[in-house]
Amino acid sequence: MERIIRTALELGFGYAPVALALFLSFRVLDIADLATDGCFVLGAAVSVRMAAAGHPVLGMLLAIPAGMLVGIVSAELQTRLGIPSILAGIIVNTALYSVNLMVMGWRSNVNLIKEDSVFTLFKKVFHSPWSDLVMLAVFPLFIALFLRAFMSTRLGLSVRATGDNPVMVRASSIDTSAMIRTGLLMSSAMTALSGAAIGQYQKTVDINSGTGVVVIALACLIIGETVLGRRSVGKGIAGAVIGSIIYRFIYAFVFYTQLVPVQCLKLLTSAIVAAAIAIPHLREERASAAVTDVEEEEDA
Amino acid sequence: MLEVRKISKTFLPGTVNEKKALDRVSFSAHDGEFITVIGSNGAGKSTLFGAIAGSFPVDSGKIMLDGDDITRMPEYNRSRFFGRLFQDPMAGTAPGLTIEENLSLVLLQGRKGASAFSRIGRGDREMFREKLAELGMGLEDRLKQPVGLLSGGQRQALTLLLATLYPPKLLMLDEHTAALDPESASRIMKLTESIVRDSGITCIMITHNMQQAVDTGDRTFIMSGGRIIADISGEERRNMGVAELTELFRRSAGGDYANDRMLLAEEL
Ligand SMILES: Nc1ncnc2c1ncn2[C@@H]1O[C@H](COP(=O)(O)OP(=O)(O)O)[C@@H](O)[C@H]1O
Ligand SMILES: [Mg+2]
Repeated sequence: MERIIRTALELGFGYAPVALALFLSFRVLDIADLATDGCFVLGAAVSVRMAAAGHPVLGMLLAIPAGMLVGIVSAELQTRLGIPSILAGIIVNTALYSVNLMVMGWRSNVNLIKEDSVFTLFKKVFHSPWSDLVMLAVFPLFIALFLRAFMSTRLGLSVRATGDNPVMVRASSIDTSAMIRTGLLMSSAMTALSGAAIGQYQKTVDINSGTGVVVIALACLIIGETVLGRRSVGKGIAGAVIGSIIYRFIYAFVFYTQLVPVQCLKLLTSAIVAAAIAIPHLREERASAAVTDVEEEEDA
Repeated sequence: MLEVRKISKTFLPGTVNEKKALDRVSFSAHDGEFITVIGSNGAGKSTLFGAIAGSFPVDSGKIMLDGDDITRMPEYNRSRFFGRLFQDPMAGTAPGLTIEENLSLVLLQGRKGASAFSRIGRGDREMFREKLAELGMGLEDRLKQPVGLLSGGQRQALTLLLATLYPPKLLMLDEHTAALDPESASRIMKLTESIVRDSGITCIMITHNMQQAVDTGDRTFIMSGGRIIADISGEERRNMGVAELTELFRRSAGGDYANDRMLLAEEL
Protein backbone atom coordinates (compact mmCIF):
# COMPACT_ATOMS: atom_id res chain seq x y z
CA MET A 1 0.00 0.00 0.00
CA GLU A 2 2.75 2.40 0.96
CA ARG A 3 4.46 1.55 -2.30
CA ILE A 4 1.33 2.30 -4.28
CA ILE A 5 0.93 5.70 -2.63
CA ARG A 6 4.59 6.43 -3.12
CA THR A 7 4.45 5.54 -6.80
CA ALA A 8 1.35 7.67 -7.33
CA LEU A 9 3.06 10.61 -5.66
CA GLU A 10 6.23 10.05 -7.68
CA LEU A 11 4.37 10.01 -10.97
CA GLY A 12 2.17 12.90 -9.88
CA PHE A 13 5.15 15.12 -9.16
CA GLY A 14 7.10 13.71 -12.10
CA TYR A 15 4.45 14.72 -14.64
CA ALA A 16 3.42 17.90 -12.78
CA PRO A 17 5.76 20.19 -14.78
CA VAL A 18 3.76 19.28 -17.90
CA ALA A 19 0.56 20.42 -16.18
CA LEU A 20 2.37 23.62 -15.17
CA ALA A 21 3.53 24.03 -18.78
CA LEU A 22 -0.06 23.66 -19.96
CA PHE A 23 -1.18 26.17 -17.36
CA LEU A 24 1.21 28.65 -18.96
CA SER A 25 0.53 27.84 -22.61
CA PHE A 26 -3.15 26.91 -22.50
CA ARG A 27 -4.60 28.89 -19.62
CA VAL A 28 -2.36 31.95 -19.68
CA LEU A 29 -1.50 32.30 -23.38
CA ASP A 30 -4.61 30.55 -24.68
CA ILE A 31 -2.57 28.31 -27.00
CA ALA A 32 -3.18 24.56 -27.14
CA ASP A 33 0.43 23.44 -27.61
CA LEU A 34 0.20 20.12 -29.42
CA ALA A 35 3.99 19.82 -29.61
CA THR A 36 3.85 18.84 -25.93
CA ASP A 37 3.94 15.06 -26.52
CA GLY A 38 7.02 15.20 -28.73
CA CYS A 39 8.70 17.76 -26.52
CA PHE A 40 8.25 15.47 -23.52
CA VAL A 41 9.92 12.59 -25.38
CA LEU A 42 12.71 14.89 -26.54
CA GLY A 43 13.49 15.76 -22.92
CA ALA A 44 13.46 12.08 -21.99
CA ALA A 45 15.58 11.12 -24.99
CA VAL A 46 18.25 13.72 -24.28
CA SER A 47 18.31 12.86 -20.61
CA VAL A 48 18.39 9.06 -20.94
CA ARG A 49 20.83 9.06 -23.83
CA MET A 50 23.21 11.27 -21.86
CA ALA A 51 22.77 9.14 -18.75
CA ALA A 52 23.51 6.03 -20.82
CA ALA A 53 26.72 7.76 -21.88
CA GLY A 54 27.57 8.38 -18.24
CA HIS A 55 26.35 11.98 -17.83
CA PRO A 56 23.01 11.86 -16.00
CA VAL A 57 23.19 15.38 -14.52
CA LEU A 58 24.25 16.90 -17.80
CA GLY A 59 21.37 15.02 -19.43
CA MET A 60 18.86 16.70 -17.12
CA LEU A 61 20.40 20.10 -17.74
CA LEU A 62 20.56 19.72 -21.53
CA ALA A 63 16.89 18.78 -21.70
CA ILE A 64 16.05 22.36 -20.75
CA PRO A 65 17.61 24.15 -23.75
CA ALA A 66 16.35 21.31 -25.97
CA GLY A 67 12.82 22.10 -24.82
CA MET A 68 13.36 25.83 -25.23
CA LEU A 69 14.38 25.26 -28.82
CA VAL A 70 11.11 23.44 -29.46
CA GLY A 71 9.18 26.35 -27.92
CA ILE A 72 10.98 28.87 -30.09
CA VAL A 73 10.30 26.88 -33.27
CA SER A 74 6.59 26.54 -32.41
CA ALA A 75 6.34 30.24 -31.61
CA GLU A 76 8.13 31.32 -34.79
CA LEU A 77 5.84 29.15 -36.93
CA GLN A 78 2.85 30.89 -35.34
CA THR A 79 3.99 34.47 -35.12
CA ARG A 80 6.35 34.92 -38.04
CA LEU A 81 4.96 32.44 -40.55
CA GLY A 82 1.31 32.81 -39.63
CA ILE A 83 0.63 29.10 -39.12
CA PRO A 84 -2.37 28.59 -36.81
CA SER A 85 -1.17 27.52 -33.37
CA ILE A 86 -2.78 24.08 -33.38
CA LEU A 87 -1.29 23.25 -36.77
CA ALA A 88 2.10 24.63 -35.73
CA GLY A 89 2.04 22.26 -32.77
CA ILE A 90 1.14 19.27 -34.93
CA ILE A 91 3.90 20.11 -37.41
CA VAL A 92 6.52 20.43 -34.68
CA ASN A 93 5.29 17.27 -33.00
CA THR A 94 5.61 15.30 -36.21
CA ALA A 95 9.07 16.68 -36.87
CA LEU A 96 10.08 15.79 -33.33
CA TYR A 97 9.37 12.12 -34.01
CA SER A 98 12.37 12.05 -36.34
CA VAL A 99 14.44 14.30 -34.11
CA ASN A 100 13.76 12.08 -31.12
CA LEU A 101 14.75 8.94 -33.00
CA MET A 102 17.95 10.70 -33.99
CA VAL A 103 18.69 11.74 -30.39
CA MET A 104 18.11 8.13 -29.35
CA GLY A 105 20.67 6.97 -31.92
CA TRP A 106 18.05 5.85 -34.45
CA ARG A 107 16.58 3.34 -32.04
CA SER A 108 13.00 3.35 -30.81
CA ASN A 109 14.08 2.98 -27.19
CA VAL A 110 17.05 3.47 -24.92
CA ASN A 111 17.42 1.84 -21.52
CA LEU A 112 19.61 2.43 -18.52
CA ILE A 113 20.90 -0.89 -17.24
CA LYS A 114 23.81 -0.45 -14.91
CA GLU A 115 24.41 3.22 -15.66
CA ASP A 116 23.75 5.81 -12.98
CA SER A 117 20.79 8.17 -13.16
CA VAL A 118 20.29 11.30 -11.07
CA PHE A 119 18.05 9.12 -8.94
CA THR A 120 20.66 6.43 -8.21
CA LEU A 121 23.21 9.17 -7.53
CA PHE A 122 20.84 10.86 -5.09
CA LYS A 123 20.06 7.56 -3.37
CA LYS A 124 23.75 7.17 -2.59
CA VAL A 125 23.66 10.27 -0.40
CA PHE A 126 20.05 10.02 0.78
CA HIS A 127 19.35 6.40 1.77
CA SER A 128 15.59 6.13 1.83
CA PRO A 129 12.83 4.56 -0.21
CA TRP A 130 11.49 8.11 -0.50
CA SER A 131 14.56 9.50 -2.20
CA ASP A 132 13.08 9.25 -5.71
CA LEU A 133 10.00 11.14 -4.56
CA VAL A 134 12.08 13.91 -3.02
CA MET A 135 14.04 14.22 -6.24
CA LEU A 136 10.92 14.24 -8.42
CA ALA A 137 9.16 16.77 -6.21
CA VAL A 138 12.00 19.26 -6.42
CA PHE A 139 11.33 20.16 -10.08
CA PRO A 140 7.62 21.02 -9.98
CA LEU A 141 7.91 22.79 -6.65
CA PHE A 142 10.78 24.89 -7.91
CA ILE A 143 8.92 25.64 -11.16
CA ALA A 144 5.73 26.48 -9.28
CA LEU A 145 7.52 28.96 -7.01
CA PHE A 146 9.35 30.45 -9.95
CA LEU A 147 6.14 30.80 -11.99
CA ARG A 148 4.31 32.38 -9.08
CA ALA A 149 6.99 35.05 -8.74
CA PHE A 150 7.36 35.45 -12.50
CA MET A 151 3.66 36.18 -13.02
CA SER A 152 3.86 39.56 -11.29
CA THR A 153 7.02 40.75 -13.01
CA ARG A 154 6.91 43.08 -15.97
CA LEU A 155 7.59 40.20 -18.37
CA GLY A 156 5.13 37.88 -16.63
CA LEU A 157 2.35 40.46 -16.68
CA SER A 158 3.03 41.08 -20.36
CA VAL A 159 2.81 37.37 -21.18
CA ARG A 160 -0.44 37.07 -19.24
CA ALA A 161 -1.97 40.13 -20.85
CA THR A 162 -0.99 38.81 -24.29
CA GLY A 163 -3.26 35.80 -23.76
CA ASP A 164 -5.94 38.03 -22.28
CA ASN A 165 -6.13 41.08 -24.56
CA PRO A 166 -3.42 41.28 -27.25
CA VAL A 167 -4.77 44.59 -28.59
CA MET A 168 -4.23 46.25 -25.25
CA VAL A 169 -0.77 44.72 -25.00
CA ARG A 170 0.33 46.08 -28.37
CA ALA A 171 -1.05 49.47 -27.35
CA SER A 172 1.25 49.26 -24.30
CA SER A 173 4.34 49.07 -26.53
CA ILE A 174 4.78 45.34 -26.02
CA ASP A 175 5.61 42.95 -28.86
CA THR A 176 3.02 40.18 -28.52
CA SER A 177 5.08 37.83 -30.72
CA ALA A 178 7.96 38.11 -28.27
CA MET A 179 5.58 37.32 -25.42
CA ILE A 180 4.28 34.21 -27.18
CA ARG A 181 7.89 33.16 -27.79
CA THR A 182 8.74 33.73 -24.13
CA GLY A 183 5.72 31.79 -22.90
CA LEU A 184 6.22 28.82 -25.21
CA LEU A 185 9.95 28.77 -24.52
CA MET A 186 9.23 28.46 -20.81
CA SER A 187 6.41 25.95 -21.12
CA SER A 188 8.38 23.73 -23.50
CA ALA A 189 11.36 23.80 -21.17
CA MET A 190 9.12 22.61 -18.34
CA THR A 191 7.68 19.82 -20.47
CA ALA A 192 11.13 18.65 -21.55
CA LEU A 193 12.36 18.75 -17.97
CA SER A 194 9.45 16.58 -16.92
CA GLY A 195 10.33 14.11 -19.68
CA ALA A 196 13.95 14.16 -18.58
CA ALA A 197 13.03 13.35 -14.99
CA ILE A 198 10.51 10.65 -15.87
CA GLY A 199 12.95 9.08 -18.35
CA GLN A 200 15.75 8.67 -15.85
CA TYR A 201 13.28 7.68 -13.11
CA GLN A 202 11.89 4.86 -15.26
CA LYS A 203 15.36 4.12 -16.64
CA THR A 204 13.97 4.05 -20.13
CA VAL A 205 12.71 6.16 -22.98
CA ASP A 206 10.51 4.91 -25.78
CA ILE A 207 9.72 6.87 -28.94
CA ASN A 208 6.00 6.53 -28.12
CA SER A 209 6.22 7.32 -24.42
CA GLY A 210 4.79 10.81 -24.97
CA THR A 211 1.49 9.73 -26.49
CA GLY A 212 -1.38 11.43 -24.67
CA VAL A 213 0.83 13.45 -22.35
CA VAL A 214 -0.83 16.71 -23.43
CA VAL A 215 -4.36 15.44 -22.84
CA ILE A 216 -3.44 13.96 -19.48
CA ALA A 217 -1.83 17.24 -18.44
CA LEU A 218 -4.98 19.08 -19.48
CA ALA A 219 -7.02 16.68 -17.38
CA CYS A 220 -4.69 17.38 -14.43
CA LEU A 221 -5.14 21.10 -14.93
CA ILE A 222 -8.90 20.73 -14.99
CA ILE A 223 -8.93 18.48 -11.91
CA GLY A 224 -6.84 21.07 -10.08
CA GLU A 225 -9.18 23.87 -11.11
CA THR A 226 -12.17 21.87 -9.97
CA VAL A 227 -10.58 21.37 -6.57
CA LEU A 228 -9.09 24.84 -6.03
CA GLY A 229 -11.02 27.12 -8.38
CA ARG A 230 -9.66 29.30 -11.18
CA ARG A 231 -9.82 32.70 -9.62
CA SER A 232 -6.16 33.50 -9.04
CA VAL A 233 -2.80 32.73 -10.56
CA GLY A 234 -1.58 31.17 -7.32
CA LYS A 235 -4.50 28.77 -7.29
CA GLY A 236 -4.01 27.92 -10.93
CA ILE A 237 -0.37 27.03 -10.33
CA ALA A 238 -1.02 25.05 -7.16
CA GLY A 239 -3.96 23.41 -8.91
CA ALA A 240 -1.74 22.13 -11.72
CA VAL A 241 0.52 20.31 -9.25
CA ILE A 242 -2.31 19.03 -7.07
CA GLY A 243 -4.37 17.98 -10.10
CA SER A 244 -1.40 16.04 -11.41
CA ILE A 245 -1.09 14.15 -8.13
CA ILE A 246 -4.82 13.45 -7.89
CA TYR A 247 -4.79 12.12 -11.45
CA ARG A 248 -2.10 9.59 -10.56
CA PHE A 249 -4.07 8.46 -7.51
CA ILE A 250 -7.11 7.94 -9.71
CA TYR A 251 -4.88 6.04 -12.12
CA ALA A 252 -3.49 3.84 -9.30
CA PHE A 253 -7.00 3.24 -8.00
CA VAL A 254 -8.23 2.11 -11.38
CA PHE A 255 -5.12 0.03 -11.93
CA TYR A 256 -5.39 -1.89 -8.69
CA THR A 257 -9.16 -2.25 -8.47
CA GLN A 258 -9.58 -2.94 -12.20
CA LEU A 259 -12.77 -0.88 -11.94
CA VAL A 260 -12.33 -0.22 -15.63
CA PRO A 261 -9.61 -1.86 -17.71
CA VAL A 262 -6.47 0.28 -17.49
CA GLN A 263 -6.27 0.25 -21.27
CA CYS A 264 -9.45 2.35 -21.25
CA LEU A 265 -7.96 5.07 -19.09
CA LYS A 266 -6.93 7.25 -22.01
CA LEU A 267 -10.46 7.04 -23.39
CA LEU A 268 -11.78 8.05 -20.00
CA THR A 269 -9.25 10.87 -19.67
CA SER A 270 -10.12 12.23 -23.09
CA ALA A 271 -13.82 12.13 -22.28
CA ILE A 272 -13.18 14.03 -19.03
CA VAL A 273 -11.14 16.70 -20.81
CA ALA A 274 -13.68 17.10 -23.61
CA ALA A 275 -16.52 17.35 -21.12
CA ALA A 276 -14.69 19.78 -18.85
CA ILE A 277 -13.93 22.12 -21.73
CA ALA A 278 -17.39 21.73 -23.27
CA ILE A 279 -19.44 22.34 -20.13
CA PRO A 280 -18.69 26.07 -19.66
CA HIS A 281 -19.36 26.56 -23.38
CA LEU A 282 -22.68 24.72 -23.25
CA ARG A 283 -23.66 26.64 -20.15
CA GLU A 284 -23.03 29.90 -21.99
CA GLU A 285 -25.06 28.74 -24.97
CA ARG A 286 -27.91 27.72 -22.73
CA ALA A 287 -27.76 31.12 -21.02
CA SER A 288 -27.87 33.02 -24.31
CA ALA A 289 -30.64 30.72 -25.58
CA ALA A 290 -32.60 31.59 -22.44
CA VAL A 291 -32.14 35.28 -23.18
CA THR A 292 -33.47 34.79 -26.72
CA ASP A 293 -36.45 32.91 -25.34
CA VAL A 294 -37.31 35.78 -23.06
CA GLU A 295 -37.01 38.24 -25.94
CA GLU A 296 -39.24 36.11 -28.12
CA GLU A 297 -41.82 35.88 -25.39
CA GLU A 298 -41.76 39.64 -25.01
CA ASP A 299 -42.20 40.05 -28.73
CA ALA A 300 -45.13 37.67 -28.78
CA MET B 1 3.83 68.44 -32.33
CA LEU B 2 2.10 65.97 -34.63
CA GLU B 3 2.26 66.50 -38.37
CA VAL B 4 0.21 64.39 -40.72
CA ARG B 5 1.17 64.96 -44.35
CA LYS B 6 -0.97 63.73 -47.20
CA ILE B 7 -1.60 60.24 -45.86
CA SER B 8 -3.75 57.89 -47.88
CA LYS B 9 -5.04 54.42 -47.17
CA THR B 10 -7.04 52.12 -49.39
CA PHE B 11 -8.41 48.93 -47.89
CA LEU B 12 -8.69 45.77 -50.02
CA PRO B 13 -7.19 47.40 -53.12
CA GLY B 14 -8.00 45.72 -56.40
CA THR B 15 -11.10 43.94 -55.06
CA VAL B 16 -14.77 44.77 -55.43
CA ASN B 17 -14.67 45.91 -51.82
CA GLU B 18 -11.87 48.38 -52.47
CA LYS B 19 -12.34 51.35 -50.16
CA LYS B 20 -10.36 54.55 -50.05
CA ALA B 21 -10.62 55.26 -46.33
CA LEU B 22 -8.09 58.10 -46.18
CA ASP B 23 -7.49 60.45 -49.07
CA ARG B 24 -4.39 62.67 -48.72
CA VAL B 25 -5.21 63.82 -45.20
CA SER B 26 -3.00 66.59 -43.84
CA PHE B 27 -3.06 68.53 -40.60
CA SER B 28 -0.83 69.39 -37.71
CA ALA B 29 -1.67 69.47 -34.04
CA HIS B 30 0.23 71.79 -31.71
CA ASP B 31 1.28 70.68 -28.26
CA GLY B 32 -1.57 70.86 -25.80
CA GLU B 33 -4.20 71.29 -28.50
CA PHE B 34 -7.54 69.52 -28.05
CA ILE B 35 -9.19 68.66 -31.37
CA THR B 36 -12.66 67.17 -31.75
CA VAL B 37 -13.55 65.24 -34.89
CA ILE B 38 -16.99 64.62 -36.31
CA GLY B 39 -18.05 62.87 -39.50
CA SER B 40 -20.59 60.34 -40.67
CA ASN B 41 -20.06 56.61 -40.39
CA GLY B 42 -17.33 55.42 -42.69
CA ALA B 43 -15.82 58.88 -43.09
CA GLY B 44 -12.39 57.49 -42.12
CA LYS B 45 -12.14 58.85 -38.57
CA SER B 46 -11.08 55.59 -36.94
CA THR B 47 -8.81 54.83 -39.88
CA LEU B 48 -7.02 58.12 -39.25
CA PHE B 49 -6.28 57.01 -35.68
CA GLY B 50 -5.19 53.60 -36.92
CA ALA B 51 -2.78 55.23 -39.35
CA ILE B 52 -1.28 57.49 -36.69
CA ALA B 53 -0.99 54.61 -34.21
CA GLY B 54 0.49 52.29 -36.84
CA SER B 55 -2.20 49.60 -36.69
CA PHE B 56 -1.61 49.17 -40.44
CA PRO B 57 0.87 50.71 -42.87
CA VAL B 58 -0.34 53.74 -44.83
CA ASP B 59 -0.08 53.68 -48.63
CA SER B 60 1.55 57.08 -48.90
CA GLY B 61 2.25 60.21 -46.93
CA LYS B 62 4.20 60.97 -43.82
CA ILE B 63 3.54 61.04 -40.10
CA MET B 64 5.92 63.18 -38.06
CA LEU B 65 6.00 63.40 -34.30
CA ASP B 66 8.15 66.14 -32.76
CA GLY B 67 10.12 66.26 -35.98
CA ASP B 68 10.76 62.50 -36.20
CA ASP B 69 9.36 60.49 -39.07
CA ILE B 70 7.38 57.63 -37.48
CA THR B 71 5.56 56.53 -40.64
CA ARG B 72 7.32 53.15 -40.79
CA MET B 73 7.80 52.57 -37.07
CA PRO B 74 6.11 49.34 -35.85
CA GLU B 75 2.95 49.80 -33.82
CA TYR B 76 4.31 48.46 -30.55
CA ASN B 77 7.26 50.86 -30.75
CA ARG B 78 5.32 54.02 -31.44
CA SER B 79 2.48 53.21 -29.06
CA ARG B 80 4.60 54.51 -26.21
CA PHE B 81 3.95 58.01 -27.60
CA PHE B 82 0.21 57.47 -27.80
CA GLY B 83 -2.74 56.75 -25.61
CA ARG B 84 -5.79 55.39 -27.39
CA LEU B 85 -9.31 54.69 -26.18
CA PHE B 86 -11.97 52.89 -28.17
CA GLN B 87 -15.72 52.82 -28.05
CA ASP B 88 -15.58 49.29 -26.64
CA PRO B 89 -14.77 49.60 -22.93
CA MET B 90 -13.40 46.03 -23.06
CA ALA B 91 -10.65 46.96 -25.52
CA GLY B 92 -8.23 48.83 -23.30
CA THR B 93 -7.75 46.53 -20.32
CA ALA B 94 -6.86 42.90 -19.70
CA PRO B 95 -9.98 41.38 -18.08
CA GLY B 96 -8.23 38.42 -16.46
CA LEU B 97 -5.68 40.61 -14.70
CA THR B 98 -6.55 42.53 -11.56
CA ILE B 99 -6.83 46.32 -11.47
CA GLU B 100 -3.45 46.42 -9.78
CA GLU B 101 -1.90 44.12 -12.38
CA ASN B 102 -3.24 46.18 -15.27
CA LEU B 103 -1.76 49.32 -13.73
CA SER B 104 1.50 47.50 -12.91
CA LEU B 105 1.87 46.31 -16.48
CA VAL B 106 1.64 49.84 -17.85
CA LEU B 107 3.71 51.37 -15.05
CA LEU B 108 6.57 48.85 -15.37
CA GLN B 109 6.48 48.96 -19.14
CA GLY B 110 7.14 52.69 -19.14
CA ARG B 111 9.50 52.84 -16.18
CA LYS B 112 13.05 53.82 -17.04
CA GLY B 113 15.59 51.22 -16.02
CA ALA B 114 12.98 48.57 -15.24
CA SER B 115 14.19 45.08 -16.18
CA ALA B 116 12.02 42.24 -17.47
CA PHE B 117 11.84 40.94 -13.92
CA SER B 118 11.01 44.21 -12.17
CA ARG B 119 7.95 44.34 -9.97
CA ILE B 120 6.00 47.15 -8.40
CA GLY B 121 6.76 48.37 -4.89
CA ARG B 122 4.73 49.59 -1.96
CA GLY B 123 4.94 53.22 -3.09
CA ASP B 124 3.56 52.30 -6.49
CA ARG B 125 0.56 50.65 -4.91
CA GLU B 126 -0.06 53.78 -2.87
CA MET B 127 0.12 55.86 -6.05
CA PHE B 128 -2.39 53.51 -7.75
CA ARG B 129 -4.76 54.01 -4.83
CA GLU B 130 -4.52 57.78 -5.07
CA LYS B 131 -5.02 57.87 -8.82
CA LEU B 132 -7.97 55.47 -8.62
CA ALA B 133 -9.53 57.54 -5.86
CA GLU B 134 -9.43 60.56 -8.17
CA LEU B 135 -11.74 58.67 -10.54
CA GLY B 136 -14.37 58.74 -7.81
CA MET B 137 -15.62 55.21 -8.50
CA GLY B 138 -14.42 53.37 -5.44
CA LEU B 139 -11.90 51.40 -7.46
CA GLU B 140 -9.13 52.18 -4.95
CA ASP B 141 -10.58 49.49 -2.67
CA ARG B 142 -10.75 46.87 -5.42
CA LEU B 143 -7.11 46.62 -6.49
CA LYS B 144 -7.06 42.82 -6.23
CA GLN B 145 -10.19 42.25 -8.30
CA PRO B 146 -10.07 41.11 -11.92
CA VAL B 147 -10.94 43.95 -14.29
CA GLY B 148 -13.47 41.65 -16.00
CA LEU B 149 -15.77 42.23 -13.03
CA LEU B 150 -15.99 46.00 -13.55
CA SER B 151 -18.81 47.82 -15.34
CA GLY B 152 -18.24 49.40 -18.75
CA GLY B 153 -17.92 52.89 -17.26
CA GLN B 154 -15.46 51.71 -14.63
CA ARG B 155 -13.38 49.92 -17.24
CA GLN B 156 -13.33 52.96 -19.47
CA ALA B 157 -12.25 55.14 -16.52
CA LEU B 158 -9.46 52.67 -15.77
CA THR B 159 -8.48 52.65 -19.43
CA LEU B 160 -8.23 56.42 -19.35
CA LEU B 161 -6.02 56.19 -16.30
CA LEU B 162 -3.83 53.54 -17.97
CA ALA B 163 -3.53 55.64 -21.12
CA THR B 164 -2.41 58.71 -19.19
CA LEU B 165 -0.36 57.12 -16.38
CA TYR B 166 2.60 58.42 -18.33
CA PRO B 167 1.26 61.45 -20.18
CA PRO B 168 1.41 60.48 -23.86
CA LYS B 169 2.40 62.88 -26.62
CA LEU B 170 -1.02 62.35 -28.12
CA LEU B 171 -4.24 60.95 -26.68
CA MET B 172 -6.66 59.54 -29.26
CA LEU B 173 -10.25 59.06 -28.11
CA ASP B 174 -12.46 57.14 -30.54
CA GLU B 175 -16.07 57.68 -29.44
CA HIS B 176 -14.92 56.52 -26.05
CA THR B 177 -18.18 57.35 -24.30
CA ALA B 178 -20.55 56.13 -27.03
CA ALA B 179 -21.12 52.67 -25.55
CA LEU B 180 -21.79 53.90 -22.02
CA ASP B 181 -25.02 54.81 -20.29
CA PRO B 182 -25.61 58.60 -20.19
CA GLU B 183 -24.50 58.99 -16.59
CA SER B 184 -21.25 57.07 -17.03
CA ALA B 185 -20.67 58.87 -20.32
CA SER B 186 -20.87 62.32 -18.78
CA ARG B 187 -18.68 61.22 -15.90
CA ILE B 188 -16.01 59.83 -18.25
CA MET B 189 -16.23 63.02 -20.30
CA LYS B 190 -15.58 65.15 -17.18
CA LEU B 191 -12.67 62.92 -16.22
CA THR B 192 -11.27 63.18 -19.72
CA GLU B 193 -11.38 66.97 -19.70
CA SER B 194 -9.81 67.30 -16.28
CA ILE B 195 -7.02 64.78 -17.01
CA VAL B 196 -6.24 66.32 -20.39
CA ARG B 197 -6.29 69.84 -18.96
CA ASP B 198 -4.16 69.00 -15.91
CA SER B 199 -1.46 67.20 -17.83
CA GLY B 200 -1.55 69.38 -20.93
CA ILE B 201 -1.70 66.37 -23.26
CA THR B 202 -2.41 66.92 -26.95
CA CYS B 203 -5.73 65.21 -27.60
CA ILE B 204 -7.88 64.26 -30.58
CA MET B 205 -11.40 63.10 -29.80
CA ILE B 206 -13.79 61.52 -32.27
CA THR B 207 -17.37 62.00 -31.22
CA HIS B 208 -20.82 61.65 -32.72
CA ASN B 209 -22.20 64.13 -30.24
CA MET B 210 -22.36 67.64 -31.76
CA GLN B 211 -22.68 69.22 -28.35
CA GLN B 212 -19.49 67.52 -27.18
CA ALA B 213 -17.79 68.52 -30.40
CA VAL B 214 -18.41 72.24 -29.93
CA ASP B 215 -18.10 72.34 -26.13
CA THR B 216 -14.89 70.40 -25.75
CA GLY B 217 -11.43 71.43 -26.83
CA ASP B 218 -10.30 74.25 -29.07
CA ARG B 219 -10.55 73.00 -32.64
CA THR B 220 -12.96 70.83 -34.64
CA PHE B 221 -12.51 68.77 -37.80
CA ILE B 222 -15.31 67.55 -40.00
CA MET B 223 -14.35 64.43 -41.94
CA SER B 224 -16.07 63.07 -45.01
CA GLY B 225 -15.03 60.57 -47.67
CA GLY B 226 -11.57 60.11 -46.18
CA ARG B 227 -10.79 63.83 -46.05
CA ILE B 228 -10.87 66.62 -43.51
CA ILE B 229 -13.35 68.92 -45.19
CA ALA B 230 -13.54 71.56 -42.48
CA ASP B 231 -11.09 72.73 -39.83
CA ILE B 232 -12.75 75.12 -37.43
CA SER B 233 -10.93 77.01 -34.70
CA GLY B 234 -10.47 80.41 -33.07
CA GLU B 235 -13.12 83.09 -33.36
CA GLU B 236 -15.22 81.11 -35.82
CA ARG B 237 -15.44 78.19 -33.42
CA ARG B 238 -16.11 80.31 -30.36
CA ASN B 239 -19.20 81.71 -32.04
CA MET B 240 -20.41 78.32 -33.13
CA GLY B 241 -23.26 76.44 -31.52
CA VAL B 242 -24.62 72.98 -32.21
CA ALA B 243 -27.03 74.36 -34.82
CA GLU B 244 -24.30 76.11 -36.80
CA LEU B 245 -21.99 73.08 -36.63
CA THR B 246 -24.79 70.79 -37.76
CA GLU B 247 -25.60 73.12 -40.62
CA LEU B 248 -21.96 73.34 -41.65
CA PHE B 249 -21.66 69.57 -41.40
CA ARG B 250 -24.72 69.05 -43.56
CA ARG B 251 -23.62 71.56 -46.16
CA SER B 252 -20.04 70.39 -46.41
CA ALA B 253 -20.91 66.72 -46.39
CA GLY B 254 -23.48 67.17 -49.15
CA GLY B 255 -26.99 65.90 -49.57
CA ASP B 256 -25.96 62.25 -49.42
CA TYR B 257 -25.59 62.53 -45.72
CA ALA B 258 -28.97 64.00 -44.95
CA ASN B 259 -30.20 60.59 -43.88
CA ASP B 260 -27.20 59.85 -41.74
CA ARG B 261 -27.98 58.35 -38.39
CA MET B 262 -25.82 60.91 -36.67
CA LEU B 263 -27.76 63.85 -38.08
CA LEU B 264 -31.06 62.22 -37.28
CA ALA B 265 -29.89 61.65 -33.76
CA GLU B 266 -29.01 65.33 -33.47
CA GLU B 267 -32.36 66.50 -34.77
CA LEU B 268 -34.41 64.29 -32.51
N1 LIG C 1 -9.68 46.83 -41.86
C1 LIG C 1 -10.51 47.28 -42.83
N2 LIG C 1 -10.70 46.53 -43.94
C2 LIG C 1 -11.51 46.97 -44.92
N3 LIG C 1 -12.20 48.12 -44.87
C3 LIG C 1 -12.05 48.89 -43.79
C4 LIG C 1 -11.21 48.51 -42.73
N4 LIG C 1 -11.27 49.48 -41.76
C5 LIG C 1 -12.11 50.42 -42.24
N5 LIG C 1 -12.58 50.07 -43.46
C6 LIG C 1 -13.49 50.88 -44.28
O1 LIG C 1 -12.94 52.16 -44.39
C7 LIG C 1 -13.96 53.14 -44.27
C8 LIG C 1 -13.66 54.08 -43.12
O2 LIG C 1 -13.83 53.38 -41.89
P1 LIG C 1 -13.65 54.04 -40.47
O3 LIG C 1 -12.38 54.79 -40.44
O4 LIG C 1 -13.82 52.98 -39.46
O5 LIG C 1 -14.88 55.05 -40.40
P2 LIG C 1 -15.40 55.93 -39.19
O6 LIG C 1 -15.28 57.33 -39.66
O7 LIG C 1 -16.84 55.54 -39.02
O8 LIG C 1 -14.59 55.63 -37.98
C9 LIG C 1 -15.26 52.39 -44.12
O9 LIG C 1 -15.88 52.30 -45.37
C10 LIG C 1 -14.83 51.03 -43.63
O10 LIG C 1 -15.74 50.06 -44.05
MG1 LIG D 1 -15.15 54.73 -36.16
